[in-house]
Amino acid sequence: MGRGGTWVTGFAVLVALLSLLPIGFVIGVSWQVGWEQIQALVLRPRVGELLINTVLLVLLTLPLCILLGTALAWLTERSNLPGRRAWSLLAVAPLAVPAFVHSYAWVSLVPSIHGLPAGVLVSVIAYFPFLYLPVAATLRRLDPAIEDVAQSLGLKPWTVFLRVVVPQLRLAICGGALLVGLHLLAEYGLYAMIRFDTFTTAIFDQFKSTFNGPGANMLAAVLALYCLAMLTAESAARGNARYARVGSGSAREQQVVRLGRPATLLALILQTVTCLLALGVPLITLGKWLIAGGSEVWHWSELLAALQQTLFLGVAGALLTTCAAVPIAWLSIRAPGRLQRVLESCNYITSSLPGIVVALALVTVTIHFARPIYQTTVTVLLAYMLMFIPRALVSLRAGIAQAPVELENIARSLGRSPGRALWLITLRLAAPGAAAGAALVFLAITNELTATLLLAPNGTRTLATGFWAMTSEIDYAAAAPYALLMILLSLPLTGLLYLQSKRTAGR
Amino acid sequence: MNALELNAICKSFGSQRALDNVTLAVPTGSRTVIVGPSGSGKTTLLRMIAGFEFPDSGSLSLNGQILLDSTHEVPAHQRRIGYVPQDGALFPHMSVAANIGFGLATKGPARDERIAELMDSVALDANMATRWPHELSGGQQQRVALARALAQQPRLMLLDEPFSALDTGLRAAMRKMVARLLADAGVTAILVTHDQSEALSFADQLAVMRQGRLVQAGQPLELYQHPRDEQTALFLGEAVLMPAKIKDGWADCDLGPITVNHQGNSEMAQIMLRPEQLQLNIASTGSPGCHGVVTERDFGGNTCTLTVTLLAGKFEPGRSLPVHCAGLLAPPIGSAVQLTTLGRAHVLNN
Repeated sequence: MGRGGTWVTGFAVLVALLSLLPIGFVIGVSWQVGWEQIQALVLRPRVGELLINTVLLVLLTLPLCILLGTALAWLTERSNLPGRRAWSLLAVAPLAVPAFVHSYAWVSLVPSIHGLPAGVLVSVIAYFPFLYLPVAATLRRLDPAIEDVAQSLGLKPWTVFLRVVVPQLRLAICGGALLVGLHLLAEYGLYAMIRFDTFTTAIFDQFKSTFNGPGANMLAAVLALYCLAMLTAESAARGNARYARVGSGSAREQQVVRLGRPATLLALILQTVTCLLALGVPLITLGKWLIAGGSEVWHWSELLAALQQTLFLGVAGALLTTCAAVPIAWLSIRAPGRLQRVLESCNYITSSLPGIVVALALVTVTIHFARPIYQTTVTVLLAYMLMFIPRALVSLRAGIAQAPVELENIARSLGRSPGRALWLITLRLAAPGAAAGAALVFLAITNELTATLLLAPNGTRTLATGFWAMTSEIDYAAAAPYALLMILLSLPLTGLLYLQSKRTAGR
Repeated sequence: MNALELNAICKSFGSQRALDNVTLAVPTGSRTVIVGPSGSGKTTLLRMIAGFEFPDSGSLSLNGQILLDSTHEVPAHQRRIGYVPQDGALFPHMSVAANIGFGLATKGPARDERIAELMDSVALDANMATRWPHELSGGQQQRVALARALAQQPRLMLLDEPFSALDTGLRAAMRKMVARLLADAGVTAILVTHDQSEALSFADQLAVMRQGRLVQAGQPLELYQHPRDEQTALFLGEAVLMPAKIKDGWADCDLGPITVNHQGNSEMAQIMLRPEQLQLNIASTGSPGCHGVVTERDFGGNTCTLTVTLLAGKFEPGRSLPVHCAGLLAPPIGSAVQLTTLGRAHVLNN
């Protein structure tokens, strides 16, 4: 690596150090509070209650998400289900509806809904696409020859599925389950609306209502430990087995399984019910409130201001996050090594922490060490960067990998300086990846609520916070336009996510 | 006169010695082929000449200009050295014409004219100019890569296994075309390959590398006939290796007394013959010479490789030898044959 490489490494180290801020905050707070107070704050009935709630939520939601996501993925990818392309798109579409809008729809429809059962129901509906997407992509990529061989060795189709297909889905299921699990820990709006207490809702309430700094911080520390435990469990569940296809040449096309008439009927019922619950309920509720509210709920000046604010934060946050991800992505492809792996991991670990922990860390740090940026847009953008950098990183890395270093070398041998070669070849080829990454960050920012509520300067109103303000006042009709705009903003990007997953699978 | 001179080049990757004191002179206008097994350091050497890698020590000069020594280093983009890698490495986001014109300084009609000229020279149809790299076959991609490298009128052309991804039939045709183009353009070239037949057919000068060292360099025929050691002999083609006693230009070996290219005396030496130096006749009863039986037969169309097991032998009775003969004339397994040698055997260094 030349002098340019040193600069890139320096920048990547800076971003990694920044990303360690929330972990540093958790350790710092625990150190400052002292063991006795930690015991007093952590070992109390309230924390036990939150712990039980959160554990039950995870234990009940994850298996249901895995079952539903895998079943739908198999039906749309490997069976001859009528309209499977449309069903496949509909299975991803719920991602365009923010989790707290799902919750809002259910509370509007069934006002008495609350507690753990409601939490599990809405969570499964809101998050199963996170399982569906990777499992469907993996099913598409599997080499059918392996299943043929298993059948030729005397295994029945159902046994082939359990012994050959399911083990190959392990990575996708583990990855998807982790993503859902981390969302369950981090989500605030969904559970606050259906009155189900988790760590995140408790931390938020404690911080907002009583400004109990140490109390909220210690709960955040427990939550961070919970996340780390989940990351470790996922890593252990993944195992060390190899899942890449061995052998040269391209795999054959997948063969679809012919469903009998009863199976087709059952499959169509499952698809329709899921679609109704995940898309029908929010859209019907939204429609109902929009009709009920009429033109009075369209406060255009406020809505446009919120849209403008959301677009500004989304675009600025996406740009900042993508730029911050460039050095790490470049290093991980061009100069992979132990340091690069450590730098990359720092970002992944931090992004797996709930937004509320990141926000509390930034509140504490800015109050004590950077007062001028406390409750400013800069802090909000910084929080977005720390939370969403892996989304940009993954796409960027794939983009840079599309431009092998050999192409840069060729450009240099044809008389272009290293900088020009990087610009003309690598960055041009990585541009679609960078754009996709930026779009995913934008999507996340559009629907972000917790960190924005805690960190944004007074008077800031995004679509998400505007929606939240209205629902907090039980003005569900006035909240509907905000929800509709959020869905409309998210739809094209959800489509992009769908196309990207198809492309990853080589179709 | 030499175009390129490499002097005592050394390079290590961690504890791995990739290049060990490599010294080589490449004559102006020649086609030098660096040949060696995988991991022998030939690609590292090529990348160093291109300016993509830097040696730990040593120097390198081109047409009298020092490109690299302990105090001085000319970056890749200022060397004017063309580079064609194994898979062509075309820029996927540029059309054929844009790829070829990438290194051209000219603009406008002059540029288009030069691109058309280059396309014609590598036998690419003019209507391919607007095609994308993924729309081309492997052979077409390689021709675009070659035209792109030739466009900047390089002082030296480096070719890193450029034919290895092509079909066998296409490979020979491409090899001839590249040799013709380089000769027409008067460009000095270095080609790297691990394919010995490609190396022998393409080279004016052949350099054999092994474990980071330049083992032997010279004309292809010279290296084929007189390899320095057993490994080089076997790397450059099939060889019959035998122990022998050398005295006054004669070797006493399992084939009987045969002439060698060595005047010294040695009680125990190793000699080498190429299989085509062994001539095979159907043996008649009581005829003199070296006798054997055909024990294996590998029919390959126009040629056939037979394994002949000797009936007697001074050092190792029952030794098996490979013998080439015309495919249609190959005797069946079990035939009794008589072997004679053509030309002299080569005495290998210990």
